[in-house]
Amino acid sequence: MTILTPNGFSLDTAGRRIVVDPVTRIEGHMRCEVNVDANNVIRNAVSTGTMWRGLEVILKGRDPRDAWAFVERICGVCTGCHALTSVRAVEDALQIKIPNNAFLIREIMAKVLQWHDHVVHFYHLHALDWVNPVNALKADPKATSALQQAISDHSKSSPGYFRDVQNRLKKFVESGQLGIFKNGYWDNPAYLLPPEADLLAVTHYLEALDFQREIVKVHTIFGGKNPHPNYMVGGVPCAINMEGDMSAGAPLNMERLNFVKLKLQEAFEFSKNVYVPDVIAIASYYKGWLYGGGLSATNVMDYGDYEAIQGQKSTDRLPGGVILNGNWNEIHPIDPRDPEQVQEFVTHSWYTYGAGKNDVGLHPWDGVTEPNYQLGPAAKGTKTNIEAVDEAAKYSWIKAPRWKGNACEVGPLARYTLAYAHGVDYVKGQVDEALGRFNTLAGTNLTPKQALPTTIGRTLARALEAHYCAEMMLTDFNNLIANIKAGDSTTANVEKWDPSTWPKEAKGVGTVAAPRGGLGHWIKIKDGRIENYQCVVPTTWNGGPRDPKGNIGAFEASLLNTPMERPDEPVEILRTLHSFDPCLACSTHVLAPGGEELARVTVR
Amino acid sequence: MLSMISLDYDDTLMASAGHQAEAILDEVMTKYKGNYILAVEGNPPLNEDGMYCIIGGKPFVDQLKKVAKDAKAIISWGSCASYGCVQAARPNPTRATPVHEVIFDKPIIKVPGCPPIAEVMTGVITYMLTFDRIPELDRQGRPKMFYSQRIHDKCYRRPHFDAGQYVEKFDDEGARKGYCLYKMGCKGPTTYNACSTVRWNDGVSFPIQAGHGCIGCSEDGFWDKGSWYARLADINGKGFGVEANADQIGLAAAGVVGGAVALHAAVSALKRAQHKGDAK
Repeated sequence: MTILTPNGFSLDTAGRRIVVDPVTRIEGHMRCEVNVDANNVIRNAVSTGTMWRGLEVILKGRDPRDAWAFVERICGVCTGCHALTSVRAVEDALQIKIPNNAFLIREIMAKVLQWHDHVVHFYHLHALDWVNPVNALKADPKATSALQQAISDHSKSSPGYFRDVQNRLKKFVESGQLGIFKNGYWDNPAYLLPPEADLLAVTHYLEALDFQREIVKVHTIFGGKNPHPNYMVGGVPCAINMEGDMSAGAPLNMERLNFVKLKLQEAFEFSKNVYVPDVIAIASYYKGWLYGGGLSATNVMDYGDYEAIQGQKSTDRLPGGVILNGNWNEIHPIDPRDPEQVQEFVTHSWYTYGAGKNDVGLHPWDGVTEPNYQLGPAAKGTKTNIEAVDEAAKYSWIKAPRWKGNACEVGPLARYTLAYAHGVDYVKGQVDEALGRFNTLAGTNLTPKQALPTTIGRTLARALEAHYCAEMMLTDFNNLIANIKAGDSTTANVEKWDPSTWPKEAKGVGTVAAPRGGLGHWIKIKDGRIENYQCVVPTTWNGGPRDPKGNIGAFEASLLNTPMERPDEPVEILRTLHSFDPCLACSTHVLAPGGEELARVTVR
Repeated sequence: MLSMISLDYDDTLMASAGHQAEAILDEVMTKYKGNYILAVEGNPPLNEDGMYCIIGGKPFVDQLKKVAKDAKAIISWGSCASYGCVQAARPNPTRATPVHEVIFDKPIIKVPGCPPIAEVMTGVITYMLTFDRIPELDRQGRPKMFYSQRIHDKCYRRPHFDAGQYVEKFDDEGARKGYCLYKMGCKGPTTYNACSTVRWNDGVSFPIQAGHGCIGCSEDGFWDKGSWYARLADINGKGFGVEANADQIGLAAAGVVGGAVALHAAVSALKRAQHKGDAK
């Protein structure tokens, strides 16, 4: 039976059902089911978030100044972006303006996070969908060296260097203990790289593994540790003491800032010479594999971020908005406070809004959440042993957020589509140059509108965004130095630190361009305590289930019409799902700010 | 690290997915029966028949019990596995439960922290592989090698505590000089961990050095022991001396006081008064 969804996708459940659970190389827990037709082409896709923790319930009644640490623990990968969103929400509610130094330090931390997250995603969570490490054993290191020298100025490019890596890999494989590479799909014809490119990528897998440990040290300087650096409401905790008494024991001094600068420069070089060129080169071998676009070809959204001037949203260096129906000529402004814009639905989620309200959408400030775990009549298996979910009923621990009723894709590709459409010069230059290089290597002539809304485009946009962040954080660093030089060493505004200075009631919103897309936290404060707290996170937008009208979300849309080489080996499913960098740990917390007690929860 | 161990199943890093991934677990369990180390991150939620966390269509707690059955030992990596952590904070809506409350018949090594220090994690596992034994544990099940002292005991700002020199508010003169963060709610005096000695990320820094008090993330139930910014009360009057380890002193109370200052701090202030001119 074929169904046409209101957002233009055709679903057919007639063919064989394939279940991937767990989907690995993601943060959190996820399940995916698809139906393939007689030609092994995906004709229906079902995305299920398989975990719920209930952090927003836990936050109720606590000190708003503490919230950042709770929500930071939503996820260990995008660590810090929830904390940043949280302090922004609290500061918005209490109308606290943070000092410029604090703004710049937070900006550097946010971009370091973005850069780190993107690099780790590509090399350690995503590359194995494109790269075959076993095939790298067949490479001629000289050919790898030539390839490296052709695509960038990276200093580690000699044949001997690649031979060493190959020998290490050989030992590893010969030991018979493949470790994390075990049971990979290494003889699947979906892998298209020649051995020399596989060796290049495996080498950079290892280089990235080393360097990702270095770049996070910027968080260690400013926030004391990584993962989970410390934040605070009103500024940053790392006071500045450049030359006074006891500067050497101060959080920030000359030695600390020198260290930060060095790491930022190293990151810039790595994304310029390794990450971006690798993505373009690998993509060129997959020039015929332009699947996976899904919703990105039509609907994308982001709140916008990276103000060039503190407090001036119009100076966002990645400006936000919503694009609908693929019309890049019209960008709808987005307002997270408007009750009619961002809403969440639970028709197909394991929550209930109460009797007769299964199909309504609620704005985060007014939401209701009660877990309501039940399988639909067509599900297979039992309540504690699911063989197949019934997507006509409730089937996920994720809610379905919509913008004015529209399902949208979020993430680096959404931001780059928006920035391109806004005409941001830097982004336009990057995209055009990258596509030029891709087209040259691949012998194709793809336009941005053809190349971007694909799995490859999603992966490319992430790489370009990482490098843009590297560029911007160096600017932020220079601005920080200039500000200190001009005599301003302030890092915190503590005028409203004491809750007795707060209004009796307040509400606020914080948004951040998180690695996986637009992130928003909504808070209501009453009598100095959290009355309600709600997070609407990127993977909720992308991985959420269907809405009452039957619109499908970004994950499900992206898998449709993709042919699989071998249905039992989900390389293509993983490739496209991973291109979103799913974070189910984040997406499954979304709980009610409504104030109701949870009906089905046992309190210990 | 990977030259010493074979990391066969790690759902964040492994190449395979779905049943090929689950097949690896089965293989490890058969091939290395009774001889593999199970390191658990996170914890199982027990409400809703365990279906708040689903792996392969079944409750995570089932997978945990199944794999634990033939393990040689279990490492509870992090505060989630060790104590329950954030999802177990009041009211613990999913009944998130630490590993030792669902597995009773195996040695369990707790390596708490949110997260633990990476060097501590590798230190514990490489110790086990190198010396072929479980490290000496304290009565809470933590390796003494990393968890026998409080952050406060070897904090580089400790002299300022003793001298009664405190940060009174963020970004004040004391904050810029690296004074003690006790009055800003630092939980260093009641937190057993190696942050002030090993430090973080190759020893680059640790929370106190970066200007924020310790939030006590390696302690049981730290989420429910008052705000990060609420001052610790030393209600036992035992002081925060370095002479006792975790077993002798037990958990110092992390209650919250309004204006009261701990006894030891008061003594420090008295000493300061005697040496007029030393401090501002």
